[in-house]
Amino acid sequence: MNSETEMLREYAERDYQFGFVTDVETDTVPAGLSEDVIRFISKRKREPKWLTTWRLEAYRHWLTMEEPHWANIEYDPINYQDIVYYSAPKSSADGPKSLDDVDPELIATYEKLGIPLHEREKLAGVAVDAVFDSVSVATTFKDQLAAQGVIFCSFSEAVQEHPELVRKYLGSVVPRSDNFFAALNSAVFTDGSFAYIPTGVQCPLELSTYFRINAAKTGQFERTLIIADKDSCVSYLEGCTAPMRDENQLHAAVVELVALDDANIKYSTVQNWYPGNEDGVGGIFNFVTKRGACRGSNSKISWTQVETGSAITWKYPSCILQGDNSIGEFYSIALSAKRQQADTGTKMIHIGRNTRSTIISKGISAQRGQNSYRGQVKILKKAEGARNYSQCDSLLIGEQCGAHTFPCLDVQNSSAHVEHEASTSRIGEDQLFYCQQRGISLEDSINLIVNGFCKEVFRELPMEFAVEAQKLLEVSLEGSVG
Amino acid sequence: MLEISSLKAGIDGKTILKGIDLTVNAGEVHAIMGPNGSGKSTLAQIIAGREQFEVSSGSVEYDEKDLLELAPEERACAGIFMAFQYPVEIPGVSNSYFLRSALNAQRRARGEQELDAFEFLTFIQDRMALLNLHDELLNRPVNDGFSGGEKKRNEIFQMAVLEPRLAVLDETDSGLDIDALRVVANGINSLRSDDNAMIVVTHYQRLLNYVVPDFVHVLVDGRIVRSGDQQLALDLEEQGYDHIVAQAA
Repeated sequence: MNSETEMLREYAERDYQFGFVTDVETDTVPAGLSEDVIRFISKRKREPKWLTTWRLEAYRHWLTMEEPHWANIEYDPINYQDIVYYSAPKSSADGPKSLDDVDPELIATYEKLGIPLHEREKLAGVAVDAVFDSVSVATTFKDQLAAQGVIFCSFSEAVQEHPELVRKYLGSVVPRSDNFFAALNSAVFTDGSFAYIPTGVQCPLELSTYFRINAAKTGQFERTLIIADKDSCVSYLEGCTAPMRDENQLHAAVVELVALDDANIKYSTVQNWYPGNEDGVGGIFNFVTKRGACRGSNSKISWTQVETGSAITWKYPSCILQGDNSIGEFYSIALSAKRQQADTGTKMIHIGRNTRSTIISKGISAQRGQNSYRGQVKILKKAEGARNYSQCDSLLIGEQCGAHTFPCLDVQNSSAHVEHEASTSRIGEDQLFYCQQRGISLEDSINLIVNGFCKEVFRELPMEFAVEAQKLLEVSLEGSVG
Repeated sequence: MLEISSLKAGIDGKTILKGIDLTVNAGEVHAIMGPNGSGKSTLAQIIAGREQFEVSSGSVEYDEKDLLELAPEERACAGIFMAFQYPVEIPGVSNSYFLRSALNAQRRARGEQELDAFEFLTFIQDRMALLNLHDELLNRPVNDGFSGGEKKRNEIFQMAVLEPRLAVLDETDSGLDIDALRVVANGINSLRSDDNAMIVVTHYQRLLNYVVPDFVHVLVDGRIVRSGDQQLALDLEEQGYDHIVAQAA
């Protein structure tokens, strides 16, 4: 037990690998939120009047709401007037035309993170829409996508170029009034990604976005909207890391997915924002609303997430299974070490007939990390023949961490089949000793065991992402057991 | 190769080994026998480096170096292997991936080239045949859902792949039916050589019918009370531990 404590301490003393700050001049509004700030953002982004109004209505609604506190997380109160709601790299105020126009320091930052853009460009099948702070600085492969009629651009650009699509779908899955953080996002979102896959098109590339938070005290409010029209198919990858900061940074993103008849959306996330230090100082507060609507019959939405970062994770990627025979999936790995707190899970709302959902959740807690799975499976009256399978496994590393499971099943149709399995296990000294006795180092042994535990989820990730995710778990767990 | 002197050790403040002396040279097979709770498995695990056991006095030298200073993985890389009495399950990790990781860790430590997946598969082919293992078992998670016999055969298979200089077999015969025992014993015998040594910990004589030891030691209450050749094992089987204990007293 002593050696375990020692190893835990060693882990705690490790520095955040991606902790650095890029020195870029930013164009920033003063801290605080008001209708004026919202008008400033909207004007700065040359938005149409309806969108300004939409934001203001969201803001007015937000003012009537209270921050939710039902999750199994604890944090000091957030002062929303202390947050800077708009910041954009100055050098890209007019938008870079190509990578050559991008601030070299930004490129260097991505390279430090192992995301060399110009290499990625050449990599088979990946289009990168990189978001640095709030404004897109580089978009690639656009022409190739355009040839198929696929629209993949920054959210701001979509507002300019495709206002009819944005207007039709924005807020249609996550209404402005949905929850406190979604309302806040609706009022102040700065940028994000937009994708539209037209009828019958199998998107020829994996769409990919790397998000990053940089400027001090800047909240990040990303807005993502993906629409898969009838009989289309798309795989979207999202990955993020953030530089080290002492102050907590609020992140409240909204992601909306719409799948029409026979459409298929696969959304994969690897999240590695700064988790804070061993005393729980710093780190990102990540309050995210992600939801997909399977509007059409035979449509499918699949969420896969690997959550290793952030001080606080509050995130429940969900599926509304409206179309008959539609399918929702949720595959999740959530790791909380140091003093990280993760309250994450999913909601599967079965509305249509013969709708099916699968939930595979793997929670890993180490050091003083607290990991909660919170899931809701709701089978409505008309969801004849609905089926759900849920499996929630927790792995504990060390003695001071915690794992919690809050499943909620609401079945209103007697023909439904709902299965829930849960397990909690501890990385055993037996397992570690067995690996070590064969010559495998302690750290490699932990990685081996954790990777085995997560295998069912890794399998769902696109190949190169799976490798990245595995590496990330290894980095995050370095020295966490003895 | 292995020199244990006046070894006293225990767990949670309780003394289990009360002064063990044992010398094992290359080319030798030693059997350690004894009743339940005599300290056989403790001895095996201390050699392998299990941290829960505390050594209070005495020494263990391996190739004239202090073995007790080394971490379990360092001992493994130095050629010490233990076949577990209860092989551990590692869900989600395939048997072949696990074993290749182990082999490559040891090869790295010895400054040898690591084997890629294809080279590894070639490398293990005849060893699979030796233990009568099917390919399918390689792709299953380590020991997960294995039968008792499969687990023990898998241990000896790992030993065949890792080619240790000193192998400690902890009750490898327990839970095996007679056919499986023969397969396992055959595997062990084919790995015997003048360069390596084995310590076979067992409760019963029957494994020793197949794996004939050069020396037999009887461990009772943390002490080796008798040492002899294979005949001692046969006497034990016939007369029981009580008789030997009484004689020793």
